[in-house]
Amino acid sequence: MHVPRFWREIPNRYNLIGTKCNHCNKVFFPPRAICPNCRRVGNLEPCKLEGKGKVLSFTVVHVAPQDFKDQVPYVLAIIELKEGPKLMAQVTDCDPDEVEIGAEVEITFRRIKEDSEEGIIHYGPKAKLLRSKPSEQT
Amino acid sequence: MKVGIVGYGGYIPRYRLKVEEIAKVWGVNPRQIKRGLGVEEKSVPGPDEDTVTISVEAARNALRRAGIDPRSIGAVYVGSESHPYTVKPTATIVSEAIGATPELTAADFEFACKAGTAGIQACMGMVESGMIKYGLAVGADTAQSSPGDALEYAAAAGGAAVIVGKAEDDALAIIEGTYSYTTDTPDFWRREMKPYPKHGGRFTGKPGYFKHTLSAAYGLLRQLKLTPKDFDHAVFHQPNGKFPVEAAKELGFSMDQIRAGLLAPKIGNTYSGSSLLGLASVLDQSKEGDRILLVSYGSGAGSDAFSLIVTESIESKRDLSPKISDFIEDKVYIDYATYCKLTRKLVRK
Repeated sequence: MHVPRFWREIPNRYNLIGTKCNHCNKVFFPPRAICPNCRRVGNLEPCKLEGKGKVLSFTVVHVAPQDFKDQVPYVLAIIELKEGPKLMAQVTDCDPDEVEIGAEVEITFRRIKEDSEEGIIHYGPKAKLLRSKPSEQT
Repeated sequence: MKVGIVGYGGYIPRYRLKVEEIAKVWGVNPRQIKRGLGVEEKSVPGPDEDTVTISVEAARNALRRAGIDPRSIGAVYVGSESHPYTVKPTATIVSEAIGATPELTAADFEFACKAGTAGIQACMGMVESGMIKYGLAVGADTAQSSPGDALEYAAAAGGAAVIVGKAEDDALAIIEGTYSYTTDTPDFWRREMKPYPKHGGRFTGKPGYFKHTLSAAYGLLRQLKLTPKDFDHAVFHQPNGKFPVEAAKELGFSMDQIRAGLLAPKIGNTYSGSSLLGLASVLDQSKEGDRILLVSYGSGAGSDAFSLIVTESIESKRDLSPKISDFIEDKVYIDYATYCKLTRKLVRK
């Protein structure tokens, strides 16, 4: 990925800054330039999402793209955020068997990938299961 | 004007490696290691964790406790010896991720294991002079150790963050004094482009850790005219589980005074995170009026000592973020091969 493209997306990658339409009150993530419902009467402004949500659906990746090969098997999920938007993210720090549809998650800040050993490091959102009490696994 | 801590927070990755796992590979008796180092297991970063992500987690936890607008933070200093970039600050990424940008000064600090407390002192000076309202100091590391080296049993990952502000801005602990002791002592180092540090073995002990830790502690006690009896808790840098206990004993502190902040047996040495995680653990368990001694140590070498007095604000702020014990208890054990993969000692060709 080109450095400027990553850089442009830093606010939404690091801090879940989406947009909210003040006309229809719908929240969008990633941020949109125009409200698809209200079109020209829409009025979008930046909106920070809390980062709480649940797993709407997920898959376990066993055959991964180059950058993620060392993490298989990992969970890729569609997270429905509390404010409404859906976000596709890895579910980190878990055994794939622990993830289920409806599981409560929280968005955390992790390393997503890097542009080779010499390139920049892409940080961004991943989901973390909200465990009711600390677990000890072996 | 008095300065204090208005928010604090820590973070420790979930993965743990037991001493037995490492000892098995190198043909060493694990009981001997555990007795010698006082470490049972250590924390290991996940595949998507590094000093930046650990610092961000710790800083966000500190912000929740501080309850301040992140844009009122005027300085961010991240101390570490494992910054992911050699050139390109960790501090800018952390500042952006906590929403503190753009009106602030930021930099990365490096002083082996004490860069985090050096950051606190820089923030204290700036807050006290009126240059900034709040300053954020972070100490975090994903510590490197050469395979088979004695360091491997303890080198761990974790970090803690402290937000420094004026005492009257709802500080949960007042910093009543600080004292530093620094000399040129080459007990531990890592040269440019080298992945693992080298150390002077036993030389890291007496002329390194003990000389600086004890001198800084004695210096502060003298400066404030206090004795170990005046303190409820004491936290020392924890390269292993044994050194801080010996330093405490030498200074005249009891086991009861150091128990709340002694984390090395369960997580190892989190380098720049070590003494600050110990402080965070003590704050998690302290009450109004408690006096805390904090002494960091960084090889090379130097120690920063602080005396803190906990205020009533601790009660309302403590539960706003996860406690250090929550991180310690939430763990997953891994084997040595997985550890090698996670720390990039084992790389796919």
